[in-house]
Amino acid sequence: MSATDAVIPASTGAAAPASGDDLVTVDDLVVHFPITSGIVFRHKIGAVRAVDGISFTVKRGETLGLVGESGCGKSTTGMAILHLEKPTAGHVLYEGADLASLSGRALRRQRRRMQMIFQDPYASLNGRMTIADIVGEPLLVHKLYPRSGRNQRVRELLELVGINPNTLNRYPHEFSGGQRQRIGIARALAVEPNFIVCDEPISALDVSIRAQIINLLLELQREFGLTYLFIAHDLSVVRHISDRVAVMYLGKMVELAENAVLYGEPVHPYTQALLSAVPIPDPEAEENRRAVVLQGDVPSPADPPPGCHFHTRCPAAQEGLCNVEPPVLREVRPRHWASCHLVTNTDFPHIRAGEDDLAVVATGPVMGDASAATVVHTDALDAAGENDHGDV
Amino acid sequence: MGVDTSRLLDVTDLSVDFDSQEGIVHAVDHVSFSVAPGELVGLVGESGCGKSVTATAILGLTRMITNATVSGSIEFQGRDLLALPENEVRKVRGKDIAMIFQDPVTSLNPVLSIERLMTEGIELHLDLSHDDAVARAIDMLQLVGIPKAAERIRDYPHQFSGGMRQRVMIAIALSCNPKLLLADEPTTALDVTIQAQILRLMKKLSREYDAAVIVITHDLGVVAGMCRRILVMYAGRIVEEGPAKPLFHHPHHPYTVGLLRSVPRLDRPRSAKLQSIEGLPPDLSHLPPGCSFAPRCWLATDACWQGVPPLFDTDAGRRSACFHRDRLIEPAAAEMTA
Repeated sequence: MSATDAVIPASTGAAAPASGDDLVTVDDLVVHFPITSGIVFRHKIGAVRAVDGISFTVKRGETLGLVGESGCGKSTTGMAILHLEKPTAGHVLYEGADLASLSGRALRRQRRRMQMIFQDPYASLNGRMTIADIVGEPLLVHKLYPRSGRNQRVRELLELVGINPNTLNRYPHEFSGGQRQRIGIARALAVEPNFIVCDEPISALDVSIRAQIINLLLELQREFGLTYLFIAHDLSVVRHISDRVAVMYLGKMVELAENAVLYGEPVHPYTQALLSAVPIPDPEAEENRRAVVLQGDVPSPADPPPGCHFHTRCPAAQEGLCNVEPPVLREVRPRHWASCHLVTNTDFPHIRAGEDDLAVVATGPVMGDASAATVVHTDALDAAGENDHGDV
Repeated sequence: MGVDTSRLLDVTDLSVDFDSQEGIVHAVDHVSFSVAPGELVGLVGESGCGKSVTATAILGLTRMITNATVSGSIEFQGRDLLALPENEVRKVRGKDIAMIFQDPVTSLNPVLSIERLMTEGIELHLDLSHDDAVARAIDMLQLVGIPKAAERIRDYPHQFSGGMRQRVMIAIALSCNPKLLLADEPTTALDVTIQAQILRLMKKLSREYDAAVIVITHDLGVVAGMCRRILVMYAGRIVEEGPAKPLFHHPHHPYTVGLLRSVPRLDRPRSAKLQSIEGLPPDLSHLPPGCSFAPRCWLATDACWQGVPPLFDTDAGRRSACFHRDRLIEPAAAEMTA
């Protein structure tokens, strides 16, 4: 069931060495947080299944977008990859080496290659440290530069991210949100990593500043050949920045494909609904499309529904199948993985807005309103029937 | 503008200044606009542009902020709210003008049950007995889509999810049949699939209750699908105003152009680089002398640094506070925005 077995080398433009195309391999990763009860005698009464068995790879030089709604486990995945959160089960291989088997100095050496950019630039910079100390600390920890050269290196880093190097003795509160995020990026770059987990790096920023930070991240990637895991809930931003995109729902990976394929021909009903719910800043475009409105809320990850985690909100769910049998992530087309019972190699459910903005399914038998589901979306069927999708 | 005589809300020359250690912060700077009954208006801008302070002033809450100085007038149904005594404003606030706040997690009092939260306003404003108020509250909860409303009314806010809490907040806001609903970033704290539910609900209810809504947001996508008319604010001033469709298609202010260009869109092909607006929004206590967008504007000339541009009429119902608006209005400039 591991998706990693079937990885076909990427055909994207990223210049990757012939061997070891995969920089990070995540294999059946599980992260559960225990729920305990009792004060004196604490005992475990359950678990929040934040990440519930996911597998994927991040290729050298690419940006893998990881999207999903809050509580779907995307940030926990990022933390577990960096070993900031200990996996309950499963493995994370970095350049083929299992991080769990490392400790002490070896782990620290490996950590230098992988860094993180945090969501909230107000909370992730220590307010009592100067910019020089914040950006210089990783150099100190990893003993990278002699004391004399450290300030010079900090100046270089600040210049790289567009901060005036003469401000290095100032404190974080003297900077705006966008500038702070630049400082956070300089700190991540200080140790010359290969791989950076960007956890919602722009969602705390103003609209006019977001584009600046996205452009900076793309420039730095080109310059240093960085690999990004870009975690975000904003699907338009992920589309802009990513080579491949993975969609998570309630601790599970539901779909993974190359950017154009995932946004152009999503096969999983959740991905389809998610994409149709993204508002477009154009009144005419909004008028002409009818968003699929999913009913209800995301269930609690402490008590996920049986079978497919999405079946409680899925307009295509089939009684007796989706609520019983958990689907596995399969390669439904070359380089396109999805975990849905109803997706076959020739057919997939295509949900769209019905009469009352409720989601209906155009193909396949339906559990809910069968009368509204008579229109067969021929485009979707045709597209699914073909096999050559590499060109999209 | 000025065609509709039956205006619901008329904000004229509204300014809100805050005294601070850094000097006077001009949060809202001579803002004028009006809202017709039942109209859906979007107030768009980035953080610190004064959009929430404007809402606070309309609700008559700025009078409670001790370091705030308010001038201008806010006429609601013909009465100037800024001139009314507090006990008169109280009869309007929560009844005729209601507010939906951004964060449903912190804006519902956690120690009060949904019943208390809902019936407080109903009993006060509609003069109903407690039992009648509870019945009305249950009706409202059903209306906003809370399942098993009669049972869940006894629950507390923490027993609801974020989306459900925002529904409760909408139910509270609508429970006294308001004429004007101020929604301050109503979906920013919510997930995208829940956001779609809430926006749809607000649009539907505003139609059913004939309530005007001012949606305050930084997200251009949110107002595009919902509002008929858009006001764009920057650094405390309205810089552009107009009907949604032409405004989004062909903005007449360089800030709106920049804002629209800097967000990636799902319905457009991917571009290699986003066109960002360079620089930062200005410090509201030290505004530049002329146009506050001039330091970031590619059209700026000496004139922009010398005087504050007023709102010029540019087209039917459209206004733009830019000296160089003609360069954007010309057809040749249209493709810049595309």
